[in-house]
This record gives sequence, C-alpha cells and structure tokens, in this order.
Amino acid sequence: MSFLSVTERDREEMLAAIGVGSVEELFADVPGEVRLGRGLELEPALSEPELVAHLEELASRNAHTGVELSFLGAGMYDHYVPAVVDVLLARGEFLTAYTPYQPEMSQGVLQAIFEYQTAICELTGMDVSNASGYDGTTVAADACYVAKHATGRSKVVVTEATNPQVRQVVKTYAPGFGLEVIEVPHRDGVTDPDELRSSAEGAACVIFQQPNFFGCLEPAPDLAAAANDAEALPIAHVDPVSLGVLEAPGRYGCALAIGEGQGAGNPLSYGGPHYGFLAAKTEFTRRLPGRIIGETTDVNGERGYVLTLQTREQHIRREKATSNITTNQTLLALAGLVHLSWLGPQGLREVGEICMALGAYAKERLSEAGFELVFPEQTTFKEFAVRVGRSTKEAIGEARAVGVHPGYALGRDYPGLDDALLVAVTEKRTPADIDRLVEVLAA
Amino acid sequence: MKLIYEKSQPGRRASSLPRLDLPRAEVPEELARTKPPRLPELAEPEVVRHFSALASRTFGIDTGFYPLGSCTMKHNPRVNERLVNLPGFRDLHPHQEGDGAQGALELMWRLQEILAEIAGLEAVSLQPAAGSQGELTGLMLMRAHFADRGEERDTVITADTAHGTNPASVTMAGYKLAKVETDARGNLDLEHLRGLVNERTAGLMLTNPSTLGLFDENIHEVARIFHDAGALLYYDGANLNAVCGISRPGDMGFDIVHYNLHKTFSQPHGGGGPGGGPVAVRRTLEPFLPVPAIVRDGERYRLHYNRPQSIGKVRGFTGPFGVFVRSYAYIRSYGPALKEMSETAVLNANYLLARLKDGYDLPFDRLCMHEFVLSARTLKRECGTSALDVAKRLMDYGFHPPTIYFPLIVPEALMIEPTETEPKETLDAFVDAMLAIAREAADRPELLKQAPHDRPVRRLDEVKAAKRAVVKYGFDEHPDLSAEPTEPRQLEAQKGA
Repeated sequence: MSFLSVTERDREEMLAAIGVGSVEELFADVPGEVRLGRGLELEPALSEPELVAHLEELASRNAHTGVELSFLGAGMYDHYVPAVVDVLLARGEFLTAYTPYQPEMSQGVLQAIFEYQTAICELTGMDVSNASGYDGTTVAADACYVAKHATGRSKVVVTEATNPQVRQVVKTYAPGFGLEVIEVPHRDGVTDPDELRSSAEGAACVIFQQPNFFGCLEPAPDLAAAANDAEALPIAHVDPVSLGVLEAPGRYGCALAIGEGQGAGNPLSYGGPHYGFLAAKTEFTRRLPGRIIGETTDVNGERGYVLTLQTREQHIRREKATSNITTNQTLLALAGLVHLSWLGPQGLREVGEICMALGAYAKERLSEAGFELVFPEQTTFKEFAVRVGRSTKEAIGEARAVGVHPGYALGRDYPGLDDALLVAVTEKRTPADIDRLVEVLAA
Repeated sequence: MKLIYEKSQPGRRASSLPRLDLPRAEVPEELARTKPPRLPELAEPEVVRHFSALASRTFGIDTGFYPLGSCTMKHNPRVNERLVNLPGFRDLHPHQEGDGAQGALELMWRLQEILAEIAGLEAVSLQPAAGSQGELTGLMLMRAHFADRGEERDTVITADTAHGTNPASVTMAGYKLAKVETDARGNLDLEHLRGLVNERTAGLMLTNPSTLGLFDENIHEVARIFHDAGALLYYDGANLNAVCGISRPGDMGFDIVHYNLHKTFSQPHGGGGPGGGPVAVRRTLEPFLPVPAIVRDGERYRLHYNRPQSIGKVRGFTGPFGVFVRSYAYIRSYGPALKEMSETAVLNANYLLARLKDGYDLPFDRLCMHEFVLSARTLKRECGTSALDVAKRLMDYGFHPPTIYFPLIVPEALMIEPTETEPKETLDAFVDAMLAIAREAADRPELLKQAPHDRPVRRLDEVKAAKRAVVKYGFDEHPDLSAEPTEPRQLEAQKGA
C-alpha cells in the first residue's frame, strides 16, 4: 500500500517533537481493557494489480447491461450517460472536495449546486430546491416531515401505484415522525381522484408518482386538486427524464416535487449512489431539509455563492433542525446538471419522445404477438406492464438464458400480478432490440 | 463568473440522440408540458469549458491540504475510481436476479464481514446512505429493541461535544434529548451522567474519540452505567479513523455502530456527498436490521427479505453500491496493516499539536488522537482577530481552513485533522503558516480581517444571502444583488465537521 508518506526518519523526528518514544505511547489514553490486543483478522493486503484483478473477477460475475439486453426499470433506468459527465466528474477538485463550508475555497462547487437547484426548479416548476437528498425514497420521507410541520397533521397518504420502495421507506421513518401512513389503491393502473380526496381528509400530504410505478400517466392535475380540496399538501414524485414532455408539478398545484435523479446523469451502479431531489413552493423554503445554496456578494460587490438558510440545519439548530442530513449526494447531482446541460430543453424533450415512441412500439408488438397488456387503457411513458401468461420467474430465466432480461416481476409487490412483467425502454434501446424481446418472450 | 444559464443561446445544443422511424406517441393534452424547462443551451465545447472553470474554482484534497476537523479528508486512491467504473459494477441493474449479481453480492458480503471485524460486532447492514442516516437507523433499532421487550423508554443522551447530527437524529427518531457535559479532562462527566441515566433512558450516542480528539478514558465505566440501566450505547463512527485495529467499539461496550465510509474508508466526498453509513450491531439486535440482508449459502450469495422484526427499509435497494466498491478496495489495499493507517493519523495529529500548542490556546492539554482542537481565544482578546479570521488567512497560504466554531464547548475553536496521508513537509508548512498568522494577528491584524486576498471572491455576505434567499437563477427577473449594500458578514458559527 502506498498511501502513506511517513518514513522511518520522519517518524523519529516527529516522535521527538511530540516528546514520546514510540507511536504506541500516543495511545496511552486507551485503557487496556478496551484494546484489541491482537491483529485485525483481515485478508492479506493486495497490491494495486492484484486488487484490480480481484475486483475484475468479481465484476465479471455480474450480468450488466453490456452483456444482457435489459428491459429492467422499476425505478432505475438504463439511460444514456454522455461522456462529458464521466470526464467532468473525474475532475479531482469536484471529486475530492468536502461540503463547501468555506465559500472562498469552493465557489466552483457552490455555483454548480446553485445551477443544479435552478435546473430542478425549471424541471418541476417549483421555486426552491435543496442541494440533493440521498435518493428517491428518502426524499419522500423528508417531504412528509416538511408536510407534518407545515400542516400540524399526522397522517400521510401514499398511492399504491407509487414505487414500493418509496412507500417502504416512508413507513420506516413514520413512527419516529409520529406519522400514520395510509395507502390508496390503484384502479386499473391509475389512482381515482375521488377516492384520493376522501382519504386525504385530515392528511398532512398526499404523495403520488407521475408516471406511476406501472409507467402509467396518472390524472396528476386531478390528484393534486383532490389533495388541495382536503387541504393536504400534494407532493408529486416525478421522473426528471419525463419532464421535457410532461407538465411540471408546480404548474398543476403541487406544493412539493420530489424524485429519483438517477436517470439524469447517473449509471445504474447496482442501486447507488444516486441522488434524490426535493423542490417546493416558496412558502416551504425555511422548512426544507438539507443544504441550500444562495447567491450573495462579496465586499467588492462581486457575485458569489454560499451555503444559506443554515438556521434550518443540524449543525446550527441541532435538535430543532428540519432534518439531520449533512452529507448529501452533491457529486451525483452535479452529474445530473451536466447531463441536463448536455441535453438542453430540446434534447430532454427528444429523450422523452423516444422513450414514449419505443414504449408504444413495444406494447404494439407484444400485443400482436398475443401478450395481454395489464392496463391497456392507460397512456404510458417509458415502461408498461404486460402479462406473459406463465410464471414470470420462468419467463425471466428462459429469456436470460439467451441474453435478454425481459423486465421486472410485478408479483413481487402486487398480488394478482404474478404473471406480469414491468418492461422498461430507454433511448438506448432500438426497435430491433424490442423485436428481439418479443421473439424471446414468444419462443 | 457567468452562470451556465447566462451563457445559453437559443438553438444551441450539445446532445445528439437517435432518430427513430417510429410514429410519435402523444401525451394527453391535459398532462403535456406547456412551457419547456429553461435548461442551458450550449454546444459541447462550452459545456466542457464551463464545468472545467467551475472545477478550477474548487479546492479539493487533490489541490492541497484540507485539515477540516472531523471530516477525515484523506487521499482518495485513484485505482478505486477505475474499479467503480468496471462495467460489471457500473452498469449492473439493482433488480438483476441474484445469479446475475453474484460478484456484487459477494463484494457486499465481504465488506460486511470486514466491517464487523473492525467494529468488533456481529451483524452489519450496508444500507444507510450516510453517517446521519446511520445514526437515525441506529435509533430506530433502539426503538425496535425496546418495543420488542415491551419497555417504554423515551430519552437518548448525547454529549455536549456531539455533532449536530446526533441531537437532530434523536428528534427525528421521536426521542427526547438529554445532554451530558464534558469534564475538565475532556471525558464525559461521570457524575453528571449517573444523574441522567434512568429507566426512561433508551441509550447514549457518543463519538469516541470525541470531537475534541480525545479518547474517553472512562469508556468502560460509561458502558457499565448504561448497560446496568438496561440501555444501549450507540457509536458515532465519525472518528473511527483514530482507532482501527487498536480499539473496537464493540470491545468498548457499544451495541450499535455506524461507519462513515466517506471518512475512514476513503469514499471521495464529492463536494458534499455521496457517503455511506453502514451500521453494525450485536447479534441480539440483528433481527431488527433493515431488509434486505445479504447472506451466504455455501458458495452462493443472496438477498434475504424474510426478517419479520426488521425496522424496514431506510433507502432504496441495498445501499450506495459504488461507495462499497471503493471502500472494499481501500481496505483490501491495507489488509491487517489498517492499524498503520490509524497510527499514522494519530502520529500526524500529535506532531501538529506539539508544534502548534505554543502559538494558540489548547483547552485540553493531553495527547490527542487523530485530531485536536485549538482555540484562538487569546488572539481574539489581544488582537481582535477571530477563529474565522485565522481560517480566512490560511487560504492566502494555500491551505483549506480547519473546522471552526466546533465543538461548541470551545470558544473560537479551530479543529484540526491532518489525516495519515499527509507528508511531514506539508504538516511543517501548515505549522509555519499557522504560526506566521498568529504573529500577523499581533502586528498586522487587518491582514487577517481582510483575508482571503487572492481567492476568486473576497469575503461574502452570508447575512444578505439568508435575507434575500436568492436560491435559483431568475432569468429575466434575476435580482442584481451587487446594487444592494454588502458587508463581509460571515457568521461566527460552525464551518466544517
């Protein structure tokens, strides 16, 4: 290992300056009864070439999207990550900086996050965004905490067509927050606004996903209106990649918009690290969790950026903070900003249109081949549910044996959908790929 | 420097995307976008230049010394970046079937085993996304433990030196907070502690060594006090870099531990994240850990969901996998010599301390662990220059400042953590700068008060930022803050940790 610079001579000089005879003496305050008293039982050290060989061997036993034609989605998507993202994120200054507590040292990353916050606000139609949350699940719990304090109510409503992992995380956080969680079932793949309205009575907030977990487009403006009728805060969980073609939640009455950022700028990476985004209307600014960057000026009147509204945060407010979050996902959010800057408004719209066109083509081809769509009446964005007419485990196993992953088994989360796959397409798939999927499933 | 939105010109773009010969699929009118998002419109060369310019206005460990106390800003080995980008890791879908993810599952299982050995505890969950989420997870585990035993306990104790995340996590977990004071030697005040602990106490959250950089000499007795009351001890792993291979939290008496993979185990901080905050627990608490667990059956690895007493999920999937790749690789680079990492961190810190203690106040005059806390109290009283001024002047010497105004019990605190990866020459240069600044404070205090002098910006007005709350670019309606009065109002409040 070669991460240490200290030589024998350095060590002697340093110990002499300290006034002790050995490194061991530096640990005099550690009582004998809590000492380990033996070496750590770890495998021997690996040199760099050995380390690379070891991890290459591990990586080789993973069926990644380069070796399997993948239609897996269900919350994580195989979108194209442009080369500029990889190259710019490898810049050591971005990679190895800490949270920008000292703004004069960190104007670059501060400005980048300010630009990220702007991009999220533009996508969602909101007024303020934080600097990122851990992922698309934890920002939902964060949003519930905002809603609880904003409304003084202790019930939250989540639609059943919201990503199951989002619902699970909300339920994990709820007892500590003093919140009760109610779920509203889907009707034929989407949520019924009237049903939602009655559940929302007395609730702090309503969380729904657009497009929902099944890929279906919810009647989102009607859902937001239903929540507003009950004076519960409407919170849309949205896919950033969809927001070139789908309306911004801020323009149909939502109080907050949250989501998983992975599809914008981050590779799959077996589920992380990615970033969650959380944006809100102005009235909630001072209730938001996490870092927020603000603009200001220096003594010469020059523009600059700082961490701001810190009286919300744990390092200042401690037990009265709006959240305990400190480390967030800045680097991944920066990847999102670079990706969105590469796309531009036109590119983002095109990605959305490609996904929708490919999705429609896939549904049509599967229907022609005799497969039944689970929710044939619904418009979908980039994924959809289809029945394979047998056990999904079998169907997935057979398809994978010939190099195709046909999708996510919906029966894992939804009883009654045991023979249904959730099939996702992105701009990386082609019509020929879809033809191959149909051929393999039909075989 | 212009914002990327100010460089934008309608009609430009960097992206090139496939053109499909397929019919358009229409979004129903009531759901369709009415106004495009105003994302930047630039060709690729300008995108690259913009972010390169931002990178050059950012200071990282790669740029120079970054002794930000409690943040463990050590070198991030570059081989780890190569490894995390192997397609088998980078392009692996988290819903991939177990037989298509054996390498990823094995890596995580191995990391769990390693972390358990380092902490001296039996069971690990890798799921929490960061240290503060590890804390919250730990408190949820406490809650589940006591609910299972039918005990009603409502209070968690933290130290007065604790990171702000500790009390914030206590509140988020639905507990009440009690604070124990620090004694004159920098240990927990045992008498105060005994008076606080009772049958309503769920547990303690403690960093050891503390944020003062001091190992609590009475940790064994502290553990006894809590265990005798039926309460649990939670170890905040922020300072684990001091004790790997020397003393294990489990052996100190802690029942629950979180690790900061982005501190001790070299996940790059990325300007604020990502991190990784796995938790380890005693066997008795294992049933409550988040799902899924990663288990080994013979030579196969799988995700295990059947944990009926689990607190649930705290994050998506199994945690930040890329962080695991880097931390696993880092620990494998050391092997059992991980102890040398901690020994060298402690050596470097004590060397700095020995050379600096005559120039600044030292509130607790003991050998330190991996970090130590000085005070600029005398400089402030005699020269009118604060810890903030010292920090800003350090920038002129090319160093990132230490953490300041933390821990809260030390006035004008300067919390310094060099880490093990700095050479002696850098430590010496930093000492020279700190001592020079102390002399400047006496001779030319304005040099400190007006610092920094050669950064991209001078001192910024934090009060204006909070008051105006301009938190996004406003395009045509963007305010011109330079037209409004400005003062170098930076809060003398915690910066770092």
